[in-house]
This record gives sequence, C-alpha cells and structure tokens, in this order.
Amino acid sequence: MEDETMRIRAVATLLKFLRKCIIAVLSYGPMPQHIAFIMDGNRRYAKARCMKDGTGHRMGFSALISSLLYCYEMGVKYMTVYAFSIDNFKRDTSEVQCLMKLMEEKINELLENREVISRMNCKISFWGNLEMLSEPVKLAAQKLMAITAGNTGLVFSVCMPYNSTSEIVNAVNKLCAERRYIAQKRHSGSCSNGHAANNGAHSDISVTDLDRHMYSNGCPDPDIVIRTSGEARLSNFLLWQTTFSHLQSPDPLWPEFSLRHLAWAILQYQRVYPYVEQNKKMAKKQL
Amino acid sequence: MSLPSRIIKLTLGLLWCIIHVVISLFNLCSHLMFNLECYLISSGLLRKYRNLQLSRVKCLAIVVDSREAKNTVKINQLLCWLKTLGVKYVCLYDIDGVLKKFFEPSMNSSRDDNSGDDLDVCANIKALDSSHREMTLECISGSDGKEGIAKAANLLCSTSLNGDRYTHESVKTESVFTETDMASALKSVGCGGPEPDLLLVYGPARCHLGFPAWRLRYTEIMHMGPLKSMKYGAVVKAFYNFSKKYQNYGK
Repeated sequence: MEDETMRIRAVATLLKFLRKCIIAVLSYGPMPQHIAFIMDGNRRYAKARCMKDGTGHRMGFSALISSLLYCYEMGVKYMTVYAFSIDNFKRDTSEVQCLMKLMEEKINELLENREVISRMNCKISFWGNLEMLSEPVKLAAQKLMAITAGNTGLVFSVCMPYNSTSEIVNAVNKLCAERRYIAQKRHSGSCSNGHAANNGAHSDISVTDLDRHMYSNGCPDPDIVIRTSGEARLSNFLLWQTTFSHLQSPDPLWPEFSLRHLAWAILQYQRVYPYVEQNKKMAKKQL
Repeated sequence: MSLPSRIIKLTLGLLWCIIHVVISLFNLCSHLMFNLECYLISSGLLRKYRNLQLSRVKCLAIVVDSREAKNTVKINQLLCWLKTLGVKYVCLYDIDGVLKKFFEPSMNSSRDDNSGDDLDVCANIKALDSSHREMTLECISGSDGKEGIAKAANLLCSTSLNGDRYTHESVKTESVFTETDMASALKSVGCGGPEPDLLLVYGPARCHLGFPAWRLRYTEIMHMGPLKSMKYGAVVKAFYNFSKKYQNYGK
C-alpha cells in the first residue's frame, strides 16, 4: 500500500517535471497573452460513451479547470471561455436547468474552496446578460466577481449567457445612455445659468467609444480562439474582438482537451505570430 | 546571465527550433498529399467530389489578405471558378479595401449600363453575367466592419437624442435598442447584406481580419492558404466539407 502511494507520488512528480520542461521549451517562442475557448463537444462526448445526460458537461468542467491551470503555468494572462450562449436557452428545459444547476454548484465550490483561485491570484469576471440567469446562479456569479475583483493574476472571463451581437447592442445602449445623461446635464446646467439651452452637439460615435463599453474593456483581444470538436464557426462569440485572432478548430471534443492539445495550439500560433503581429501593427498605425 | 542559465536557454532554444523544423517537415508532407488530392479532384477521378450540392451555399464570402488581394489575376480566376461551380452570391472582403478599389470602376460602369436592371440597393453589388449562370458580387472592406457598426450606433443614438423618427414605431424617450434595431440601422448605413454560409480565408493564417461581425455569426470559416497557391480542387473540397456540416444554432 505504501509502495503504491510512493509510486503514484513519483509518477505525479515526474509528470509535473515533464510539464514544466514542455512549458519551458514552448516559452522560448512568443506566447499568447489571451486565449479564448469555445468549449464544444460535451454532449457528443457523453453520447459516444453512453453516459448519463449532464455527465459530459461535468467532464467538460474538469477539462476547463485543467486548461485554466495549464494557462496559468504557461504565463497566459487572460483566458476567456464561452460557457453558455443566449442561443442555448433554446435547448430542452431540463438540459438548461441541469446546466444552471451545474454552474451554481461549481461557482459555489469555487467560493468555498478558494485554493485554485488563490494559487493563481485569479480575477474572475462574467461577461453577458446576468439578468437572464436564474437568481441563485446570478447571485453566486456576482459574489465570485466581487471576491476576486482585487486579484491581479490571471484574468478568467466566463461568457454566460452571452453572444456577440447582444454584447454590441449592450455597448450601443450604454453609450447612448451615457450621451443622454451628458446632454441632460448640459441642458439643466444651461437652464440654471440662464443661458439658452445648448443641444449638446456630440462627436460621432467611434470604434473606441464602443470598445469602452464592451464586456472585454480592459482585456486585450484574444491571440488564439480555439473551438474544440473540429467545428469551424464562431457561433456569435467575440466577433468584435477577434479581428486578428488565430482561429483554430482542433478535432478533440472539449472533455478530451488536454495539455498536448494546448501545446499544439500554441505551436501553431507561434508559426503565424509574425504575420498576426504585422497586421496588428499596421492596424494600429492606421488608427 | 550565468553560464548554466545561458546553457539552459540555448538548449531550450535548440529544442524549440527542432520542434518547429519537424512541424515544417510534417506540414510539407501534408501539403504534398493535399496537392495530389486537389489534382485528383480537379481531374474528376474522385467520385465523391463529382456532384457537388451547392444548395446550402446561398452566400459565399472570401476574405483575402490585403497584400495578396493586389494579385487581381488570381482574384478573377477564383471568381471564374466560383461562377463555373454555380455559386450565386460572392462577398469579397479585404481589410484595406484593395478589392473594393479594383472592382469599383467596373461596378460603376455596370450600374450605368444596367440602370434598368434590378440591382441590389447596396452600392457594393455587381451582377456578373456569364452565358449560363449569373453571380452577384459584393465588395466590402474594414470600413464596413467595426466602423460600419459605429455608424449604425451613431444613427441609433442621434435619432434617439434628437427625437427623430426612423422607424414606424413612436419614439420612446429612453430607447433601449434591440438586435433588430441594430440590423435595421446597419442596413440604413449601407452595411447590411446577407450572412455568408461559408467563408474562405486566403492568406497565411486563419483570421477573419475584421469581416463584419453582424454577418459572421454562424458562418463556417475555412482556411485555404495563400492566394498565390490556390487550387480549384481545394475550393471543391471546401464546398464538399461544408455540405457535410450540421449546425445546431445553439440548440
């Protein structure tokens, strides 16, 4: 029994050492600052293995935590995941409820056992219309955001419930409300001064104005967007932020995604890095 | 830096280079196999590619790296292939507007010639006639992407602030815009257009390079490699692979 425990520990130590070596070699080249994931394939994974409904999503959560830890070890500063799309509300009520329960359970687990978050000094934020979530999930998410707000390590953004067109419209609404408020303040200020009301001519809305009101404000654009299970579309995910992101579609389903797939993704990114960086610099010059 | 650190750094660098050389060799072999497959497809020797079903490709988008887009001979060749295959609507995009500038003069003359014809309201559209099939061509650029969304946002906000009517509904004092409002505003500023079913990227990397976000939601994005080495067989294969795709649309 003791020999068995020692052997397991030795294997774990060896694997950890190998992982550090792989990461050290990878880090010789340019490393992405921000990786975004579309975690596709949980249901197909469960179906292929004749598992119960919902098990695929649980396995997917384990893959998520592993990927988060690998990203942290690799020095990736930002990680964003597409956890739940607004379109996913169209699924069976039972599946949506199961997903909501899973989210609530996992967020509460992170709140109770903060070891994972503390180790990475992780700041967690939720991008999306939280009002669409059930009350317990919404409250748990808000609590987790508040608790990790002061952390300065890896920024982990969870998109739920989210889609890109909804994000853009939300930014437009916020910008409009901001301008309306400024116009009203100017108007009431002018009236109290006895001067004629100034209609408050605004400058035209710019791309930068919209950037400020996106959920991703403060985060750099993703360097890599990985959609697992071989699907080649973005499904309304970060369409605004992915102009120069390297889009990758590895075949493994999300619960199968592991360190070797992440390492391969980074190697592919390193090969196109000069082209992507050149494009980013040219775009900045034009601005 | 101490000597052991330098040795470690050099060793890591060497390993990194070796890994990338191995990947390059692997890519070279894959590329040769792919070229062979494209040749077999073009020759009609591979049966499964002979009868392409293009009914699902109502709108095809082509994103080209702006430096490669200057190769207008290749662009015209690609358009010829697409016309031959029976594609009805092609949306050409490059971030700097090289393709727009190239096609604009011929679009303007075609608009003058066909003033009686029923052309799309969008100024970027042109109908390419061929003896058997007509193909609609649209050219857009980066200014139709994020800047187009900013213009649409400006239209919505200024309408709301000035209290002008732009829809049939009565204006609310504090409008909360919806995705439908945004889509209408995009159309009003000339940045509407169909959502492509399939988007082919010609360039060194699989990046959409700022293709209009509102039209990219559920589009399948396939990387075709550099424009200069484009192949007819690769286009056929892309259409074939697309025909096998199934979308849940979130369900």
